[in-house]
Amino acid sequence: MTSARTANMALTFSDEQAMILESAKSFCSDRSNISSVRSLLTSENGYSADVWSEMVALGWTGIAMPEQYGGSELGIGATIPLVESMGRHLLSTPYISTTIASQALQRGGSEEQKAKWLPQMVRGSVGALALLDNEDWGATNTSCTLSADFELQGSKLLVNDAAVADLFIVWAEHNGAQVLVLVEATALPASALSKKVLIDETKRACNICFNGVKLSAEAILPNSEAALRDSRLIGALLTAAEATGSSAAALDVVVAYLTSRVQFGRLIGSYQSLKHPTVEMLIAMDSARTLIYHAATVVNDKMLNQDAEIACRMAKAQATDALLFAGDRGIQFHGGMGFTYECDAQLYLRRALWMQHQYGDAQHQRLHLANLLLD
Amino acid sequence: MTINTQSIKANQAPELKEFRTEVAAWLAHNRPADPGFLLPQTFMEVGSEQVLDFLREWQHKVWSSGYLGMAWPEKYGGRGMQPVFQSIADQEMKRLRVPICFNVIGLGWAGPLIMDIGSEYEKDKYLKGILNAEDIWCQGFSEPNHGSDLGSIQTRAQRDGDDYVVNGSKIWTTMGNYAKYMILLARTDVQVERRYNGLSFFLAPMHAEGVTTTPIKKLTGEYGFTETFFTEARIPATSLMGEEGQGWHIAMKTLQYERGAEAGAAGGISILSIVMNDLLKMAQDVEREGQPLLKDPVTRDNLVKFLIEEKALYLAEKRIGIPALCADYPNSLPLSGKLRGTEFFRRMRQYALTLQGAQSSLYVGDDDTLEGGFWQRAYMNNFSTTIGGGTSQVQANIIGEHVLGLPKD
Repeated sequence: MTSARTANMALTFSDEQAMILESAKSFCSDRSNISSVRSLLTSENGYSADVWSEMVALGWTGIAMPEQYGGSELGIGATIPLVESMGRHLLSTPYISTTIASQALQRGGSEEQKAKWLPQMVRGSVGALALLDNEDWGATNTSCTLSADFELQGSKLLVNDAAVADLFIVWAEHNGAQVLVLVEATALPASALSKKVLIDETKRACNICFNGVKLSAEAILPNSEAALRDSRLIGALLTAAEATGSSAAALDVVVAYLTSRVQFGRLIGSYQSLKHPTVEMLIAMDSARTLIYHAATVVNDKMLNQDAEIACRMAKAQATDALLFAGDRGIQFHGGMGFTYECDAQLYLRRALWMQHQYGDAQHQRLHLANLLLD
Repeated sequence: MTINTQSIKANQAPELKEFRTEVAAWLAHNRPADPGFLLPQTFMEVGSEQVLDFLREWQHKVWSSGYLGMAWPEKYGGRGMQPVFQSIADQEMKRLRVPICFNVIGLGWAGPLIMDIGSEYEKDKYLKGILNAEDIWCQGFSEPNHGSDLGSIQTRAQRDGDDYVVNGSKIWTTMGNYAKYMILLARTDVQVERRYNGLSFFLAPMHAEGVTTTPIKKLTGEYGFTETFFTEARIPATSLMGEEGQGWHIAMKTLQYERGAEAGAAGGISILSIVMNDLLKMAQDVEREGQPLLKDPVTRDNLVKFLIEEKALYLAEKRIGIPALCADYPNSLPLSGKLRGTEFFRRMRQYALTLQGAQSSLYVGDDDTLEGGFWQRAYMNNFSTTIGGGTSQVQANIIGEHVLGLPKD
């Protein structure tokens, strides 16, 4: 009874996904308690190399990869419970960057490119997508160029996990076409990367100058256009999954405070002015969770269809708005404590502010949705 | 009443498909002509004899053609079929937007309750009249000043020989002035410690001496509810359902049949559904500066927000069935369903009026209203859902306390 274009109401959850969710929950809660999160805030790379190795050993980096490249071929949808759990415990690793990069490669790469890089990424090599020329996630072209004799000119902004990446997938223009090209980290001088100060201290990103990097025709992904489109949508979905987990965590922090803090002789959670917006947080998080698992159900290894695009964009718009609301109210409801760095509420607000822009903010997603749903 | 519809779906799918085609064809052919008044979207809009007669005739026709009460036994006016057939008929009625089956309290509350726990005498006496729309039923739970807090019910029923003598009043009695019977919750024992244990449940005749009704004019300007007064009213002792003191328990039971034919309801649609497609169609028809509002960027952004919310609402029903995805707050989606749904529709209908511009300042009865004032009526009537059955604010308290574990006021 809904609009024909929103009629896809698929939402299933396989036994494999349920198992992944169970093991992800216990792993993330065990490896990423709040004190270890805090201890990593000022660390160089923002994550524990040991934890990353463990995740690789558990096979998580291969979940969405075809068996021929060493993966378990469960599809990108099967990573959603993992990423949601990471968000729930603020567990940072290069997992999300690498998963998005490997999706771009899998969808747009040649057999040779995939055979060379995908098994390495399954084994823990880090990949990163380099897309941004400026603050606009919705750009339709790039000023970064790959010349006729395959030399790159241009810079990319805010490349996630760039400092530890082994492989970059860079959006450039080549002979008038939009292409993705593979750049090995070893091709860049150390001075090419400049580390950025991020609002979310659990995250790491650099600006990268690619000027003068010499490549060959084999560096170009043959199916770049589809890979660019689909990897941005999958980036939006993974961000949405991480944001949903973080919303649930922010809610936990608020509920813990509302059930322990006494003011004017009462637990503050008994005041409806705090209770009702906290219920709004829950409902917004619930809607986000519903939408990410719907998207997880409709995305697959083929080129993403219109239903999948709608699902990814809806999930992103809902999830990061939900997190922003939870992060914002989380500070307010902690009163004076909320104004301090010591209070954990800040972690979620900072994350919300960082996350809302990844792969396009809510308004950007709705603009695209309007074209998909209303025309 | 538990029937394995899965196996029916698997084994007799062609039969179901055939039935769906049959019922759709019947509905298309037999749907009543435009009656010349705005069709009620809910059973709370039966404010005149004219509307009453129209709906009574329609429900009787649906029943006599075999598309209502299909899963109830033949001896009570049904057809003794699997509930899945009624569900299909209901889906087609919803899809084709035929008029509602208005005897809602009978079809969805009292009827299934009598089927479930009623005596043979009660089944014989009441069920057929519910289906053929001869006997209209109303509900007497809420009381003035007590809203949805049923534990505070004051209406008294005292046993006197073969009768109970009832004193008190009920409010928000939908179709109280047309009903023949009321499912009545009254206090038979004022001594018990727990307030709920003193309540009893009656299938009370409305035409008994001492029962009077006063119509209530709603914010929409029409009638549809009454306040119902019991003044030394005598109702037969046989109208007590179950035993004294079981009233609360039985009243809670009546709520579970709302989930449709599979849960025991007789069937028929009780509301005319209004979905985003209706709003999109309106935004296409209404123009601003020579082009459809659907082209306006701000309108588009708002419409997409509603579409996202609508999609999450429908998909939530699926996620409820996947416990692994509801593990942290298992009661969250079930308990927040009413709040999410009714508040969505309130805001969506309000927005529909906003989009109409100056036209939304007209009202039902003016020739120039868009769709006869459909949206004006839809928005205002929607408050019955955000207020009735526990206001949205009470719902938020319940969710905060029972799902999140926040302290009570």
